[in-house]
Order: sequence, then structure tokens, then C-alpha cells
Amino acid sequence: MDIVVLVKQVPDSGAERRLSDADHTVDRASAGNVINEMDDYAIEEAVRLQEAHGGEVTILTMGPERAAESIRKALSMGPDKAVHVLDDALAGSCAVGTSLVLAAALKTLNPDLVLCGAESTDGRVAAMPHMLAERLGIAALTGARKLTVDGQTVTIERQTEAGYEVVTATTPAVVSVWDTINEPRYPTFKGILAAKKKPVSTLSLADLGIDPAQVGFAGASSAVLEHRQRPPRTAGQKVVDEGQGGKALVDFLASEKFV
Amino acid sequence: MAEVLVVVEHGGGAVKKVTLEMLTLARELGEPAAVVLGEPGTAAALTDRLAEFGAAKVYVAEHEDLAGYLVAPKASVLAELVRQASPAAVLLGATQEGKEIAGRLAIKLDNGLLADVSALAPDGTATQSIFAGSTIVTSKVTRGLPLATLRPNSLTPTPSPVTPTVSTVEVSIPESAKLARVVERVAEPKSARPELTEASVVVSGGRGVGSAENFALVEELADLLGGAVGASRAATDAGFYPHQYQVGQTGKTVSPQLYIALGISGAIQHRAGMQTSKTIVAVNKDPEAPIFELADFGVVGDLFKVVPQAIEEIRKRQ
Ligand SMILES: Cc1cc2nc3c(=O)[nH]c(=O)nc-3n(C[C@H](O)[C@H](O)[C@H](O)COP(=O)(O)OP(=O)(O)OC[C@H]3O[C@@H](n4cnc5c(N)ncnc54)[C@H](O)[C@@H]3O)c2cc1C
Ligand SMILES: Nc1ncnc2c1ncn2[C@@H]1O[C@H](COP(=O)(O)O)[C@@H](O)[C@H]1O
Repeated sequence: MDIVVLVKQVPDSGAERRLSDADHTVDRASAGNVINEMDDYAIEEAVRLQEAHGGEVTILTMGPERAAESIRKALSMGPDKAVHVLDDALAGSCAVGTSLVLAAALKTLNPDLVLCGAESTDGRVAAMPHMLAERLGIAALTGARKLTVDGQTVTIERQTEAGYEVVTATTPAVVSVWDTINEPRYPTFKGILAAKKKPVSTLSLADLGIDPAQVGFAGASSAVLEHRQRPPRTAGQKVVDEGQGGKALVDFLASEKFV
Repeated sequence: MAEVLVVVEHGGGAVKKVTLEMLTLARELGEPAAVVLGEPGTAAALTDRLAEFGAAKVYVAEHEDLAGYLVAPKASVLAELVRQASPAAVLLGATQEGKEIAGRLAIKLDNGLLADVSALAPDGTATQSIFAGSTIVTSKVTRGLPLATLRPNSLTPTPSPVTPTVSTVEVSIPESAKLARVVERVAEPKSARPELTEASVVVSGGRGVGSAENFALVEELADLLGGAVGASRAATDAGFYPHQYQVGQTGKTVSPQLYIALGISGAIQHRAGMQTSKTIVAVNKDPEAPIFELADFGVVGDLFKVVPQAIEEIRKRQ
């Protein structure tokens, strides 16, 4: 079974993140860039499936030059190879545009299973798996906390508001995973060395037969008009508990009419 | 006035609060038209409530397949409805299902997507809050109609009763939308507490709560205030509280009137899920804990002393 894992490079959510003043895109220079954390779980799940069922695991990333670091990092966890969709015209792509490009790249790779994160920490659109499934005409099983593959049958368990659901489909399918699905491995030293030699191919928009006018700023289906920093919340009153802290807290709640 | 489609979120035969928020917002944008999607018999229990909040029209799309598969059939029915009704805007909840339907709709209609908005102006300008709530963005769709998912608790729903016209939608679902089949739905026992994303009060516990048993204290305070219980990731990872109650970047985003953080340090990823709360209260024994930077009221102290005293005090006053 051949698997493609979608990996997105995002600014580190633990650091301060900004939009660039020039074009309202994520200012990638201002923060460290990391693999979107949910994607680590997708990589782990793919490697485990490969260990059980064989086949090949390919990383697919659309992103600027510097995303190459994240690709190597992903490969150090075990996947065989990677494809990097890289083209200057992609800057400023909206989710709809990104899905057009990723879907085209997936068509060239033709995997049995596409694994991705349930959402990204920068965009939080959480729509990519369904957008891709819609474009490719295949099933999307989203938010998996458990995944099993039996021949051509893929089954997931996913958390819902009311409890959980079991959902099944036939391959090919897109499965997005939640961070409760597994515990991603740390790359070993051997893995890091091996990753350096693994093949990474780049694809341009021309390679994918996509007109640059359909993507990037030019083809975006939504546009940011303005952005500003939220005025930081100002710290209010702080009391040190010397035996009356609980009462002081209730006094505050009462003053705000909560009790 | 053009219709504004509001895709109804419902569960257990009741309309979810985010739907009432969407109807309230829709009234500013045009004429609210609620769209009920579900298995046969779903709409009957919902219509009165939708009318109470201003749904001048209720589209009823009922079919077994709408419940039997993940969102694709719903997206397919909606896309058809949008083509027929030519609405001024389409609103969905920024919930797991709402986000997923919206994604499919954006592709089907080749339409921009305004994700997780907290406001939408009549001219189509959406307000979103990103990067753990630190940045506020305004944006617009540049292709198609305003298609937005509304973050729960972004506005206060207000009633505006109408007598709706009910319109039955012809449902025909293509085989291509029936690929992800739901084979089992397991309802887990639920507390009587309000839903986390809908609650006007949320009391959350972190690693400082120390154990699953100790979460009873968090629950007790929440119950006294009529609130929901949340947890930090450190608390859910340690098994103190179930994962679905996690607040933060990889958990739920909450925006209550009152958020109380007990034994939570206030890591940026936690703040991502609660930063837009109206009033924030924190109890933490470390005076340097970052949570105090955003707390309107903070108590530096041992939560096992402060919280029981607070509980006792609230009981006294009630
Ligand atoms: C990509 C990513 C996503 C993440 N997503 C989330 C998320 O969605 N939600 C989330 O919460 N975290 C998330 N995290 C984790 C986050 O970085 C923090 O590790 C986590 O929020 C810490 O939880 P905590 O505050 O409960 O624990 P700690 O940081 O350990 O803080 C415990 C606090 O309790 C206090 N304390 C201890 N005992 C007592 C006592 N008796 N009385 C009073 N105070 C006491 C301590 O002083 C301390 O401040 C994410 C991290 C990453 C990298
Ligand atoms: N540019 C990209 N390159 C590769 N994968 C992506 C990209 N954008 C999104 N994804 C995948 O889609 C998932 C959901 O992202 P999103 O819909 O942006 O929240 C991510 O966790 C990734 O696995």
C-alpha cells in the first residue's frame, strides 16, 4: 500500500507569530518554522502502516524554499522519499488554491492512502482533507483517533460532540489524524543521516499543468484587507492568598455579577 | 431582500446555540433562511426554535443518506440549494462538521472561504482572530459569495420571532458523495453541564490539579457557576480529564463570559483557545505564571486552599 503524507511547514506556535506588513502573508522570517504538529502524527501513522503492510511512504509539501528543512525532518522519521511543490507563483495561495495544487500533485503520485493532519496551527481551516477528497472524487475520513487498514478497507474512529463514530471507506482515501492517534517517534541519529540521502523531487506549476493565474495572490478566492495586533490583554488585579484568597475571588465574581 | 443561508447545527433533537448566533448575524446581512439537513423527521423538532430567532424561511432537506455518511452528501445538497436560491451569504458553524462542509462547498462552488470568523459585515468583510488570538484580520471573498464559518460564542443571540415559510428541498445524493460511510455512532454518557464551546462560564484545570480525582473540585466550582469544565493539554495528556475537554490550539476554542483557569500556567497554545474570553480569572501558586498577564483577576495561591474557600463562599451567598 502506497501512502502520501501531507506535511505543511508552519511558524512555531510556541513563538510569537506575525503577518508580514507588506502582503499579509505569514511572516516566516519572524518565527522558527516547524512541521505542523498534527502532521507529525500523520507521518508516524504512515510509517506504522508501512511496517505492517509494506508499500512506499512519500512526503508531499507545498511551500517555499525553506520548507525543505521540514521535508528532511519528516524523512528522518522513516518515509522513503518526498515531493516538494515549489514555485514563486504560489505565494499568497488561499486554501482553495492550495487544494488545487496538492490535488494535482496527488494525481501524479496516485497513492492508495493520503494521510494528513486534522488542521494546521497557522491556518486552522481544517478543510484541506475534504477539499482534496472533493477534487479527487475519493473518500475523506477526518479527525481519526484510530485507523485500521484491512486490504482495501480503511476504517477510522473519530471523536464527536456526542461520543464517537466509526467510519469506513474503500481506498483510495484521504485520512486526517488528530493528535490522540499515536505518539510520534523521535528521529534517530541513523534516521537523520539516512534522510539526507533520500530522494526529494521538486515540482513546479508547469510540471503540474497549472496556470499560475489560478493560484497565489493572483488566483486567491479570498483576500486579507487589513491586519493588526490585538491590544494585549492587560493584567488586572492580582492578590496573594494569605487565607482570604477564595473570598477575594468570590468578591470579584460578585462585582462582575457572576455570582 | 436576499436570503442568507444558515446551515443549522443540531444534535439530540435540539438546535445548537451557534445556530441562534448565526441567525442573529444573518438578520444583519439579509433575510435569514435556515437549512436543516438530516434524516427524515429531523426538522419538525427544530422549526419553532429557528422561527423564534428570525428564520423567515426554513429549508428542509431530509434523507437517510444525510446522516449515514460523513459530510459529502450535505455539501452536495447545499451546493444545489445555493445554485437555486442565489443567497447573499452562506453561514455555517466553525465546528468540526461546519468546517468540513464549508471546505467541500468552497470547492464545489469555486468560492472563497472565510474560516472561523467572529463577525461578518453587510459588505462581506469578515473579522478573524488568528495566531492564538494575537492578530486580528479582516478579509473578504474575492470569488463567489461570502461563505463563512462562525466561531461559536462570537455574539449574543437575540430572539426575533417570525412565522417562517417551510420549503421542502428535493434531495438526490450522487453515489460519489457516499464514500465515507458511518457504520457506528456511539453516544457517550454526558454530563448535564453546558457544552464547552457554548458555555458562558468555563472552569478549566491544568497540571496543577494533580490527578483525575482532584478534578472533582474543578467540576464542583463549574457546577456552582452553571459552567462547563475544560482542561489544559497537560491535564488531558496525563489522563486527568478526557481529551474532548481540552482547551487550546489543538483542542476547543472557547469564548465565554467568564473563564477560570486553575493550576494552568498559560502557555501560548493554551491561550490560543481562551484568549478571547470576556473575563479571565486565574488561580496559580506561581506568581510569575504567564496566565496572570491576561487575567482580570488572579489569586496567587494553592488552588486546594483557594478553590474550596471560594466554593464555600459562593454557597453562602446563594
Ligand atoms: C503544537 C502544540 C499544541 C498544543 N496545544 C495545546 C492545547 O490545545 N491546549 C493546551 O492547554 N496546551 C497545548 N499545548 C501544550 C502547552 O504548550 C503547555 O504545555 C500546556 O498548556 C501546559 O499545561 P498546564 O498549564 O496545565 O501545565 P504546566 O505548564 O505544567 O502548568 C501547571 C501550573 O500549575 C501551577 N500549580 C501547580 N500546583 C498548583 C497548586 N496546588 N495550586 C495552584 N497552582 C498550581 C504551576 O505553578 C503551573 O503554573 C500545545 C503544545 C504544542 C507544542
Ligand atoms: N501547503 C501544504 N502542503 C502540504 N500539506 C498541507 C498544506 N496545507 C495543508 N496541508 C495539510 O492539510 C492539513 C490541514 O490543514 P488546514 O486545512 O490548512 O488546517 C495539514 O495538517 C497538512 O497535512
